Amino acid sequence: MKKTMMGNYAASWGAQLARVQVIAAYPITPQTLIVEKLSDIVADGDLDAKFIKVESEHSAMAACIGASATGARAYTATSAQGLALMHEMLHWAGLARLPIVMTNVNRAMAPGWSIWADQNDSLSQRDTGWMQIYASSAQEILDSTLIAYKVSEKVLLPTLISFDAFFLSHTMEVVDMPDIELVDKYLPPYKPDYKMDVNDPRSFGALTDEQYYYEFRYKMQEAMDEAVDIIKEAGKEYEKITGRLYDLIHPYRCEDADMILVTSGTIADTTNVAVDELRAEGKKVGNLRIRVIRPYPKKEILEVVKGVKKLAVIDRNISPGYSGIFSQELKSALYNEVDIPVRSYIAGLGGRDVKIEDIKDMANDALKNDAPNDLIWKGVKL
Amino acid sequence: MVIKFQKNDKPVIITGAKDMPPMGAALGSMLQNKTGSWRNVRPIIDYDKCIKCFICWKVCPEPAIKIVDELPVIDYDYCKGCLMCAEECPKDAIDFEKEGK
Repeated sequence: MKKTMMGNYAASWGAQLARVQVIAAYPITPQTLIVEKLSDIVADGDLDAKFIKVESEHSAMAACIGASATGARAYTATSAQGLALMHEMLHWAGLARLPIVMTNVNRAMAPGWSIWADQNDSLSQRDTGWMQIYASSAQEILDSTLIAYKVSEKVLLPTLISFDAFFLSHTMEVVDMPDIELVDKYLPPYKPDYKMDVNDPRSFGALTDEQYYYEFRYKMQEAMDEAVDIIKEAGKEYEKITGRLYDLIHPYRCEDADMILVTSGTIADTTNVAVDELRAEGKKVGNLRIRVIRPYPKKEILEVVKGVKKLAVIDRNISPGYSGIFSQELKSALYNEVDIPVRSYIAGLGGRDVKIEDIKDMANDALKNDAPNDLIWKGVKL
Repeated sequence: MVIKFQKNDKPVIITGAKDMPPMGAALGSMLQNKTGSWRNVRPIIDYDKCIKCFICWKVCPEPAIKIVDELPVIDYDYCKGCLMCAEECPKDAIDFEKEGK
């Protein structure tokens, strides 16, 4: 069934279709609409779930951790400062190997106080052991929620699904909602091997000395490595029921490209249009959208970029003191493997619009200049 | 690395990651972990003083106090001797003695 809805509501309906059993959340712009809609859905009886109102995001994640540990399918959503407040609990969820799925509407960190799109909030949580997806359409938000539970419950790692504030969260798009019967077949109830059960009491998260701790981290890495193939399989299986395919990376017109732009989020969708226009001008340019950054699809990225003469990364984020984070990740993947110059652009921080012309400017700049460059500020007012 | 413990009365030997659960979870039930052996002092309930308020049952953190035939009964297999029960008893009905006496 096709419906017109905001990106935020695509997340709510994704959680409803996934039949989440516990929702614990605290409101924060621009995410609030997601859980507001879910509270309506639960109150209307359209979802058999416990909706827990908590006093902070730290508590929201703590409640999800408790719920997930007992074997319930848990969900929450947040943004920016809220996600930062969860930080300690994010490590806990990851190391406790709990398949929680969370939606994060990418919003700039304050100060200056901002509610607009910027990826620094979720990228600051990169090393907490969560898989991370960056969606570029409302449809993808809904679909990713279902696929995320499927993958998370198989590899026992939580998933964070992020998308740009307002450009997606509050923008109406057509979303095809899959039939619940199909979703139920795709995503059966979660049945963990290890769970908190009063009839079989176990110790969870107890003191772990150096005899074990190291091996737990090794096992987590193994799970991340396995997740690469499981994300691909889950994506293909989802394609069978909906006709929509999701992978870790989405290359666009990259096959014969001389230069590839590397993008994520909504900028990636705009870049596809820019690529079409550049191609019409005779410039052999492609776009590689990174959809999943953890686990990092190194092999898949190298496969796409190996023959290309130049790469240009557009980051809506920055690690202050170095450079854009997608750029750093890409360069570390290339090192020891292929020698391709990379030009790295920062654009759109704090929700500044990145238009088709801006992307074409960056692409033309990269086409003209052969020297690699770690940090180019697109459109900064000096 | 060799770690041994009992699971359902059978020995389990962990030599590496392959033998371990994905997260820090005990492989066996905690019911098999008889924590009573940690005890230095043994609480003893004087049933002549007991008024069956069950505050001891409520405050026991283990829980090692059970209600049997409407009376609080200490399960010495799991009681660690923390004496919270003795501290909180409004009638001072719980005394203690040194373990191994």
